[in-house]
Amino acid sequence: MSSLILTPNLDRPDDVYADLLEAHEGLDKAQSDALNARLILVLANHIGDRQIIAEALQAAKQAGQPA
Amino acid sequence: MNKIFETPLYPYTRSPDQGCTPVARRRVVIVGAGPVGLAAAIDLAQQGIEAVVLDDNDKVSFGSRAICFAKRQLEILDRLGCGQQMVDKGVVWNLGKVFFGDRKVYEFNLLPEDGHQRPAFINLQQYYFETYLVQRAQQLQSQGAPIELRGQNKVLQVQDQGDHVALRIDTPEGPYDLQADWLIACDGAGSPIRAMMGLDFVGRVFEDNFLIADVIMDAEFPTERWFWFDPPFNKGQSALLHKQPDGVWRIDLQLGWDIDKEQEKQPERVIPRLKAMLGDDVNFQLEWVSIYTFQCRRMEKFRHNRVVFAGDSAHQVSPFGARGANSGLQDADNLVWKLKLVIDGKAPPALLDSYDSERVYGADENILNSSRSTDFITPKSQQSRIFRDAVLDLSEHFAFARPLVNSGRLSLPCTYDGSVLNSADALPQGPARTRPGAPCPDVALENGYLLPQLGNDFVLLCINTPAPEALQVNGIALRPLALSCDPETNTALAQRYLGDAPAAVYLLRPDQHVAARWPSYNETDICAALLRATAQG
Ligand SMILES: Cc1cc2nc3c(=O)[nH]c(=O)nc-3n(C[C@H](O)[C@H](O)[C@H](O)COP(=O)(O)OP(=O)(O)OC[C@H]3O[C@@H](n4cnc5c(N)ncnc54)[C@H](O)[C@@H]3O)c2cc1C
Repeated sequence: MSSLILTPNLDRPDDVYADLLEAHEGLDKAQSDALNARLILVLANHIGDRQIIAEALQAAKQAGQPA
Repeated sequence: MNKIFETPLYPYTRSPDQGCTPVARRRVVIVGAGPVGLAAAIDLAQQGIEAVVLDDNDKVSFGSRAICFAKRQLEILDRLGCGQQMVDKGVVWNLGKVFFGDRKVYEFNLLPEDGHQRPAFINLQQYYFETYLVQRAQQLQSQGAPIELRGQNKVLQVQDQGDHVALRIDTPEGPYDLQADWLIACDGAGSPIRAMMGLDFVGRVFEDNFLIADVIMDAEFPTERWFWFDPPFNKGQSALLHKQPDGVWRIDLQLGWDIDKEQEKQPERVIPRLKAMLGDDVNFQLEWVSIYTFQCRRMEKFRHNRVVFAGDSAHQVSPFGARGANSGLQDADNLVWKLKLVIDGKAPPALLDSYDSERVYGADENILNSSRSTDFITPKSQQSRIFRDAVLDLSEHFAFARPLVNSGRLSLPCTYDGSVLNSADALPQGPARTRPGAPCPDVALENGYLLPQLGNDFVLLCINTPAPEALQVNGIALRPLALSCDPETNTALAQRYLGDAPAAVYLLRPDQHVAARWPSYNETDICAALLRATAQG
């Protein structure tokens, strides 16, 4: 069974990051929020595994708190 | 207003039980002549068990209530002898369309599978549903079955006396006492009996109001379920349009929480709302208007010794998914055969605890589904609305998002996985959909359908293996039914009951659920499974 990858896995991290920023350019807050939500759903479907998504949620939550 | 609301169906007449000494004792007393109480009474009476139904009213229930009745419930009604009448009068529909804003985002077909006698759903006003059940009860009564409906009999007190239940009942001629061996409380969501017994009913209130309007109109809308999220005519809210018999349409408009209910019900408020939805040139007449709020909750336990709760008295859901009356009918279906075996002394009272565990499981499934639908339809936070709208936007473009759209997960029968009545699955290569605990799916056979041949008794279904003579285990009859199945010609039977197995033997309960299954006939295993299915193993 695979588990959530939390080690560097992006081929070109700076490019991916720039793509994310670019996608939001010119959008207001509501439009950006909507885009993020659509993106999360698209990615969740691509992952297709509830367990991994649960781990991802956990990781995202944890990172929002002081270490 | 529709005359049907005002016509007494079982007007009060004096019963010899009134004022008699000693106090009369009845086998089963059912409180509430709603869909669930009537179904339970008919089922009992068909099996020869005395059933007295008490209702404080004598008419159909008031106003707009249930309209969607699911296939499984029609199958239960077939067993009760009134399914055909419901289907003949009802509006059959399979297609649902979902709109977001002013555009259609997708559509679904509920019954892509053939070989079922009954459609996925019919729409039928609850007042017709109840009328036909009352007529069926009266027909049974005229044929000498032990069933009686007592109108204007209001239950005032209920006391469990250990070996019976004592009731005090008010009538137009004053109160009387009655005893029951067993009491089934089908007295609705506000259950006075639950309150009399000091029992809890906890759950979640949804802070939202819905305007339900039943309108009579000649309109060109097709026979489909149309659901709108955030439509232009009801900004930020939802709407539903659904056809009923007699040219009546159900319109359901979400109004939000902070509203003046009395004012919103007035025709001068309602009519402009409906015109905005239907267009100015559509002529319609209001049959009924009401405003509802929703709750999802259940009792902790449905059985309290000799008092058993069924239907809305035991559990309540939001209407999204049509799981109210539909699940109540499954309660009655689950309870009656067990009660009969206990009354006949063929099973211990502990069998009734499996009613509790199985239907609590069913209620939790319904509450989960209907709460999730309600959360999708009426997002409670800004973030949940953002996700909801994201799903709807994606669903227009990509198939992956469509299963996430939740405009009501329509009622499906519950599979009692893990029930104490099930025996371990001895046919693992059989289809998952007919594993122990599952309701039997219908199949078209050469001469008719499978389901009408099942139910009321335990049935031993033997496919591609010889059936034994009729069996009896501890006085419980087991009716054999042999079928042969060529997977080439009857693919549905093979897919639904054989899977990869060449042959199969199924032990089926009187409510048409699978209790056990095997690859071949073995009398010892079958006897053990039957005892287990009746709480004796
Ligand atoms: C707007 C709306 C839409 C719905 N749509 C659907 C749908 O599409 N599909 C679906 O399956 N369900 C639907 N439901 C739910 C459905 O209406 C209920 O689940 C169903 O009526 C429950 O049946 P019941 O027999 O348990 O209780 P009820 O129908 O409430 O009957 C209870 C009976 O008990 C009687 N009673 C109460 N107290 C006493 C007393 N002290 N003495 C004697 N009698 C008493 C009452 O008079 C009443 O007749 C809907 C509900 C609403 C409000």
